[in-house]
Parts: sequence; structure tokens; C-alpha cells
Amino acid sequence: MKKLLITVLCMALIFVLGACSQATEKETTKSEGNKGSETTEKKVPRVAFVYIGVPTDGGWTKTHDEGRELVDKTFGIKSTTVESVPEGPDAERVIEELAQDHDIIFTTSFGYMDPTISVAKKHPDVLFMHATGYKTAENVGTYQTKGYESGYLSGLAAGAITKNKKIGYVGAFPIPEVIYTINAFTLAAQSVNPDTKVNVVWSNTWFDPTAERQAAISLLDKGVDVLANYQDSPAGIQAAAKRGVWGMGNDADMSEYAPETYITNPVIHWGPYYVEVVQSWIDGTWKSESYLGGIKEGMADIAPFGKNVPKKVQDLVNEKKQEMADGKFEVFKGPIYDNKGKLRVAEGETMSVEDILAMDWLVKGVNGTIPK
Amino acid sequence: MDMVQLILAAAISGGTSLLFAVLGGILNEKAGVINLGTEGIMLIGAVISAIFYLQTENLFVTFLVMLVASGLLGLLHAFLCITIRANQIVSGLAVTLFGTGLSAYLGKSVAGVPIPVSIPKIELSLLDSIPFLSIFSELDIFIWMSIALSIILYLYMYKTSWGLHLKAVGDNPSTSDAMGISVTAFRYFHVVVGAMLMGVAGFYLIMVYSPNWIEGMTSGRGWIAIALIIFARWNPIYALFGAYFFGGLDSLGFRMQIYNFDIPSYFLKMIPYLATILVLMFSGWKNRHKPSIEPKSLGNPYFREQRF
Repeated sequence: MKKLLITVLCMALIFVLGACSQATEKETTKSEGNKGSETTEKKVPRVAFVYIGVPTDGGWTKTHDEGRELVDKTFGIKSTTVESVPEGPDAERVIEELAQDHDIIFTTSFGYMDPTISVAKKHPDVLFMHATGYKTAENVGTYQTKGYESGYLSGLAAGAITKNKKIGYVGAFPIPEVIYTINAFTLAAQSVNPDTKVNVVWSNTWFDPTAERQAAISLLDKGVDVLANYQDSPAGIQAAAKRGVWGMGNDADMSEYAPETYITNPVIHWGPYYVEVVQSWIDGTWKSESYLGGIKEGMADIAPFGKNVPKKVQDLVNEKKQEMADGKFEVFKGPIYDNKGKLRVAEGETMSVEDILAMDWLVKGVNGTIPK
Repeated sequence: MDMVQLILAAAISGGTSLLFAVLGGILNEKAGVINLGTEGIMLIGAVISAIFYLQTENLFVTFLVMLVASGLLGLLHAFLCITIRANQIVSGLAVTLFGTGLSAYLGKSVAGVPIPVSIPKIELSLLDSIPFLSIFSELDIFIWMSIALSIILYLYMYKTSWGLHLKAVGDNPSTSDAMGISVTAFRYFHVVVGAMLMGVAGFYLIMVYSPNWIEGMTSGRGWIAIALIIFARWNPIYALFGAYFFGGLDSLGFRMQIYNFDIPSYFLKMIPYLATILVLMFSGWKNRHKPSIEPKSLGNPYFREQRF
């Protein structure tokens, strides 16, 4: 009996230790926000962020955390962050808890959509902002970047750099967000280097370095001389660098993983928009919307060029970027054929944003399929 | 190099970390202790390697520290399962949960930091001219180490008297005890060494395969290694081929996509487990009249005073 007791206690200890080290909630603000509103006239917002990963993931969550930093600095507050919240029932519990004592809650992953909507119903006085979703409500707004614009600029650089006209692209999941980025990337590469082929492999992961490395290697073995990746891990870039092949990542500047062979890649600046949202809450002017920010708005951007990218290529890309910033350039302008030869966008037409956000076909020149 | 060679090369580099983990698992199970802590120990091995290599830039020191860290986790598992006779499944799961959490916590400071490591390679230019063997001409030192280890463990388990003792301890501890073999010492030793090998699996993953720490970077490979133990029928040589087979599946899936074979990737991800079930069924059917091959007292704590 005593042994059993010892065993049970030991197990309990281990579980508790494990749980402690896994504990991810950083309850930092709360009182600060309250104090502020009591002592001064100024309305100090209590802001919270829900993250799918950790701020050190070098990708998606890092970009949001940089936005959080800007908010904190601008308004002199300390936002609450909750890391590594799994999508599903856990998310709803976390958001519900945050809604008790916060004014603005940013939920930063697609899978938080339904939990956000359902919690928002119960807390009409709290403002919810959900990234990349498509459901809005009175007090729920959504926001997303025009990934195809930064994808186009990356493709331009890739197309200008490739010599054998074979580019590899490790896609994450075959969903519109990834598909339109790859399509824009391909159109851009072909615009500078006709007949360029973009070979696509789906890793079906957002974050699995070993699988992504295998995917990258299978493309490298096929002889691509530029390799782009849509995942947050730098595994693909690292594998490319090992063979002296140009590499591009996603979401954040990844030059440190392959200093010699890094080109650039799409990055996202959420910060200015976050500040805007918080400011409009303070001013009382916030209204629910589905915000889409591109190059012009400064939300979509590309990372600084790697040190070995030729000046000519940089100039080409920067020129196009300026055009986009001036609102003079549309990425999906006809004629565009899909890779089965069907005309998708007629000559002289431009795709509507709704159509772009629901894209489920690959453009001509993409060597790959969308699994059913 | 042609397609087959390329896939083989990818399979070897993808399978090596699995191989270390499965060899560790075999040592555990041969001694009669199930260790489901593989995933957690691999993660600890990886994160400790990252932290120490970034501090010291010394591969050898990093390797030693990693061995100690993963050995300590093995010691914990051994203490729970052998000395206090806890349920091995529960203890193993606890080690995995503990290792996952602890590695995430320890790794905060090094997350995403690239590890500037170059692993020495063994160049056998002799093989370059031989058509098929040329893929073996430039493998890193750990791949050779893992291959050598499989062979050594095979010889140890099947050709030495110590190996016989190990089998006895795993099959029938009370008889081995009566023969004068210290069951406790044997189990402790093999659980700790096995855990060290699982640590090496994590070490290989982070130092060679994907050189920067990322939370949860094993993404389930520890569990595949556990399936692989059964797939390999507790035989280190079978484990060698099994690891390359499982390691090659990832790569195979992507190559099929390139050449437009429409096989759902979820199906490919299922194959390791499906293959394990098939091997279980097949060998179970083939050996239905013979005694089972698995260590007979696997999962049972040994208790000297217990009567049967």
C-alpha cells in the first residue's frame, strides 16, 4: 500500500512538473489597465492576444508578437498574451477567460474563428479581432493580408534569379491562402522569365521540420535552382543552402538560416493595423469590418534582400513594389490560364477579391496538383 | 544518381534518427521494460544539444552532456518501473509529457537560433566509381555510427552470454534471478543506455537534420520509433531496414507528388502504423505454433518474493 502511495505521489509530481513547464499563460497586465483608467482620464485599453504557437517560432506567431510589441510601445500598456493555444474547445475556454477582463482581444489563427464568434456573443462590450477568418459580427472584425502581393514580389525575384527555369515550392496545405500565393509567385516568375516551371509539393504541415526537409530535398533532387517554402520552419531553406541553391521562406525574415543563398520572402507587419484598431477603440470609432491589407497599406511586405541578390533583381522588385504601393498594379489580371489549359480570367478582366480568396486552381506553369 | 538511389539516400538520412530511437527502445524492451517516453527523451536530447552546442561550440562535450541528460530521464523511468514497480505505460507517458514540457521551457532562449554545426563526414572515394554504392561515399559519421551500432547490438544480443542473460531477464526474471543474474542491475543498465540512445536520436535530429531548436520538433517520430520496435521484431538488424523504410516513406510521398501520382498524403502518413499491424498479424500467424518472439515479461515489474 505504501509503495502504491509513493508511486501515485511520484506520478503526480511528474505531471505537475510537466504541467508547470508547459504552462504558457503570461498574466501580466490586468491590474495595470485598471489602475490606468482609475487614475487618469484617458481610456487605457486592456488588450489580449491569443497565439497558436510561441513568439519564438520564427514565423507566424513571431509576426503577431512584433505587432503586439508596437501596440505596447505606442500606448504604454502591457498586453496579455496566451501562447500555444490549441484550436478547438481549449481556445474557447481561453478566449472566454480573457473576455472577463479585457477590452480588445486579438485571436490570431484561422481555427479560432468559431470560438471567437461564440464568445463574442456573450460579451457584446468586448471587441474581438480574428485573423484570417471570414465570419464577422457586431463586435467581431477580421483582418488578413494580401499574401498574393508579397507572393508576387517574391516570385519576381525568383524568376529573375533562376537559370534553368525550374523553381521548387513546398506548399503547406492546399487551401486558398497558399494557392493564391503560389499562383501569384508563378505569374511573377513567368513575367520576367517566360516558360519558368514552378514545381509544387504539399507538405501538409505548418510546422514539421523533418517532413518539410524531406519535401525540400525531393524538389532539390529534381534539380530546381530556387526553392521557396510556405512553412514557418527554416528546414527547407537550410536544406537548399546545403546544396548552394537559392532559398525563400515565409512570414518572417529568414536570412540568418542561409546567409549566402537567401533571396527574400513575404513578411507581414501587423503592428500598424493593431495600433489603428486600438486607437479607434479609444476614440470610439471602431466598426466591424473585414480588413485586407496589402503592399499599399504596409501590412504585406517582403523581407530585406539577402546579401548575394544582384542589384538588378532588387531594383526590378522594388520598382514593382512601388507600383503596387501606388495602387497601379493588379496581380490577377487576365488572360490567366490554369494548369489544365482552361481560361480562368479573360483578357482585360481582373479577379475580384472574393474570387481570389476562394481560389482552388493552379495557374499554367505550376507543375503540381491540388489533392481532392 | 537515379531515382532509386536518391530515394535511398533520403531514406537513410531520414531514417537515422529513427534508428537510434528504435535501438534504444529495443534495449529497453529486451530487458522487459516498455518505454513510451521516447518522444520526450528525444526532445530533451535535442534541446540540451542545442543549448550546449550554442554555448560551447564543442560537438564532443555537447554529445556527452546530452547523454547524461537523456540518461537521467532513463534513470527516472527505471526508478519508477524497476524500484517502485510503477505501471510502465503510465511512467513512460509521464516521461513523454514531462520531456515535452521541459524541453519547451528550456528551449525558450534558443528557439529558432541557427546552430552553426558541421558534422564530420567519412569520405570513401573508393565507392564513387561503383555504380550503386556511390551514395555511401559521403555519409556523416553518425550514420556510420548507427549502422555499426545495429550490428554491435545484434551481436551483443544474439552472440554473447551477456545477450543471453538479457534475454533471460526479459523473458523470465525470476529464473534469471535464481541463476544469479541481478535482474535489477540488468534492467537499470539497459533502460538507461536505451534512453541515452533515444537522446542521440534527438541529437541527430537537431545537429544534422534540422539545425535549430523548435518546440516539439520531433513531431511524433518518437511514436513511430515505438511502432518500429514491434515492426522490427526486437531485432537490431531488422530495425536498421525498418528505420530506412519508415524514413523513406516521407520522401517517397513527396516524390510521388512531383511525378503526379495522386496518392493522398494522409495515406502515406498512415503506412508506418499499418505496416506494423500487418507485420504483427503476419508474424503472429506464421509463428502461431511457436512461442512468441516478444520478451515474455515485457511490462511486468519483477518482484522477488512474488509467487506464481
